[in-house]
Amino acid sequence: MEKFRANLMLCAGTGCVASGSAKVHAALRDEIKKRGLEDELKIVLTGCNGYCAEGPVMAVYPDEIFYQKLTVEDVPTLVEEHFLKGRPYQKLMFKEPEKKTAIPLMKDIPFFKHQVLRVLRNKGLIDPEKIEEYIARDGYLAAAKALTEMTSEDIIKVIKDSGVRGRGGAGFPTGMKWEFASKVKSDIKFMLCNGDEGDPGAFMDRSVMEADPHSVIEGMIIGAKAIGAHHGFIYVRAEYPLAVQRLQLAIDQATEAGLLGKNILDTGFDFVLEIYLGAGAFVCGEETALMRSIEGKRGMPRPRPPFPAVKGLWDKPSVLNNVETLAQISPIILNGAGWYRSLGTEKSAGTKVFALTGAISNVGLVEVPMGIPLRTIIYDIGGGPKKGRTFKAVQLGGPSGGCIPESLLDIPVTYEDIQATGAIVGSGGMVVMDDNTCMVGTAKFFLEFTADESCGKCVPCRVGTKILLDILTDITEGKGKESDIETLEDLARDILASSLCGLGQTAPNPILTTIKYFRDEYESHIVHKWCKAGVCRDLTTFWIDEKMCKACGACLRACPSKAIVGEKKVPHKIIQELCVNCRTCYDTCKFNSIRILPAGFEGDPYEFLGIGAAAATTGEKKGDA
Amino acid sequence: MPRLTIEDLKKIKEKHRADFTLREGGYRAKVTVHMGTCGIAAGARNVMTALMDEITKANLTDVIITTSGCAGLCAREPLATVEIMDQPPVKYCDLNDDKMRVIFKEHIMGGTPVEKYGLVVGSETTY
Ligand SMILES: Cc1cc2nc3c(=O)[nH]c(=O)nc-3n(C[C@H](O)[C@H](O)[C@H](O)COP(=O)(O)O)c2cc1C
Ligand code: SF4
Ligand code: SF4
Ligand code: FES
Repeated sequence: MEKFRANLMLCAGTGCVASGSAKVHAALRDEIKKRGLEDELKIVLTGCNGYCAEGPVMAVYPDEIFYQKLTVEDVPTLVEEHFLKGRPYQKLMFKEPEKKTAIPLMKDIPFFKHQVLRVLRNKGLIDPEKIEEYIARDGYLAAAKALTEMTSEDIIKVIKDSGVRGRGGAGFPTGMKWEFASKVKSDIKFMLCNGDEGDPGAFMDRSVMEADPHSVIEGMIIGAKAIGAHHGFIYVRAEYPLAVQRLQLAIDQATEAGLLGKNILDTGFDFVLEIYLGAGAFVCGEETALMRSIEGKRGMPRPRPPFPAVKGLWDKPSVLNNVETLAQISPIILNGAGWYRSLGTEKSAGTKVFALTGAISNVGLVEVPMGIPLRTIIYDIGGGPKKGRTFKAVQLGGPSGGCIPESLLDIPVTYEDIQATGAIVGSGGMVVMDDNTCMVGTAKFFLEFTADESCGKCVPCRVGTKILLDILTDITEGKGKESDIETLEDLARDILASSLCGLGQTAPNPILTTIKYFRDEYESHIVHKWCKAGVCRDLTTFWIDEKMCKACGACLRACPSKAIVGEKKVPHKIIQELCVNCRTCYDTCKFNSIRILPAGFEGDPYEFLGIGAAAATTGEKKGDA
Repeated sequence: MPRLTIEDLKKIKEKHRADFTLREGGYRAKVTVHMGTCGIAAGARNVMTALMDEITKANLTDVIITTSGCAGLCAREPLATVEIMDQPPVKYCDLNDDKMRVIFKEHIMGGTPVEKYGLVVGSETTY
């Protein structure tokens, strides 16, 4: 048997491949060979590690050293230093943003330290293209247990007791869903997996499918046994080619090993699994639309009841579960409901994966116990807003969700607490926004998405979202009326109440939450024609505070329309007639000397902003002028 | 891959245990071979190769090898540190492959430090 002294877990997920991990792999392989270390070091290509922003990343075991931003040029030194001389290569190791020292051990890196990996248990630890590696981590033991030792009722009881809720957005208890379908009598039933992941900014499910495809398949086998299905589909969007390829390979391997198909593990149970490629419409993620789409029809939701558990795919009883929901099933079967409940709260048990993105220091995939404060995710794991910026809001739940302000950051992350804010946990997209974000613009961004993705079946959703979008566009272009806020709220409530599917029922959430928590921004846009964040071009005047200006010339050089005048030691000035409000100077100035005033501002800026001579020297933060 | 039985699942897990001991931790013993420039010049590679050979022959899955930089004792290289779970680490000096094989049998397998090659007993963290 071959024995290695170290395993080099190089990420080959979508993010790291994009940043060059394939080339690094080739260089690493060659260099190791050149140094005669190929019998001692094993390179393993893993799925996404969740730290894509710093990719390509590689973890070295048993040393537990985490390298980031690898380049082909670094490989020779890395191999010589770490693997020949035994000195971890500091240059590529994780460093805390504020401090310059390298953090040696992976378990000490704050981004990883606060996470608890259950769904992502195999993240970065196995080669997703080798079924043996999945099996070596207790893979398919749960399926074996479910098929040999447990009845359908036993499985449903454990899943119900565990309290696991669907991770696709609605949070419906999985055990109950399975129980409904198991009780319906039918010779044909379907077990389905939702890998559509349509929320902009979300990539949790893609990562699971790429990094651990067998965990989804195993969850489906167990679900199939519970409800009595012998056929299943995984619905994946075609824009996820790597996920599709890894899932297909995993299905082929599992079928060859007798873990899928006829007579699984000689237990007499059959389950045939196929992939169905979705074309990427957001609404196709809705369960009834998804089933129609598999039937080859246009993906449009239909009224429920009848519920899919009774009449689903081809009118047969069907269960649809989200990727992340299914990936949690095996450990529950092996370790029991009590184990699952050891994390989380009474009503929101277990862990949840979030895709942390936006204006945050550490962008990536994080898995945390439910019930931890939102603040812990944003500040301890995410490292807070980027240097020099201040936190404004966090958007949860994508186009169906809402924005949560700083004042509510201490609420625990549970289905109930998040819902009480007007946002939703949703599928796990978490977009952080700082003082450079315009909240009206944020609402507009999501409305553009939903207005575009509305399938058109319901008038309130089709026409209503368009009207909402038009009003928001007017507000951001300086054509807002004082009555607009009320119109938005009224119309939003009508759409919520009268739409058929979750898309329309949640589409107004981004508007309602931004009005609720950032009403002053709407008012400032409408009344003062002032976008304080400096995002809406028609509602800003960029102005250089002469008392703060160090005359460094950076803005002058950066301005694309030569609108800035000034010379050494003379404070610079913006010639408003030439300025196109592109914001470049504002982002360039290192001394926070550029301020944002209302459109067409006339008068004394110092008086208007309340920055007399005293304030001008202390240099308060940008944006909250 | 042929069709699997439940027994096979367990066998596959056993077969891959060594790799996963590396990745997940949970090993019984850790040997650190000091491989600074001086150590390599003094023959640390041979020591490492001998050790890997013994571990492979004994089909062990719970012993891991790591390397580290110069231990600051260039005159006594090659050096290696053996840490058995719950016991203080022992540093060996002036090693060669034969001595490493003896240490493997008596200390790593047998649990008794080989006093005649031992330099110091006591902690000094390595990673
Ligand atoms: C417009 C719309 C889009 C949806 N998109 C997804 C999706 O991309 N992935 C997903 O798992 N669920 C999505 N859902 C939720 C599904 O309808 C369904 O509730 C879920 O897949 C059930 O799985 P779960 O119980 O495991 O969460 C969407 C719902 C709506 C209304
Ligand atoms: S970058 Fe700032 S400090 Fe420098 S010249 Fe421009 S406004 Fe003045
Ligand atoms: S906002 Fe753009 S165009 Fe206007 S002064 Fe600044 S850099 Fe120039
Ligand atoms: S793809 Fe490598 S960390 Fe995400």
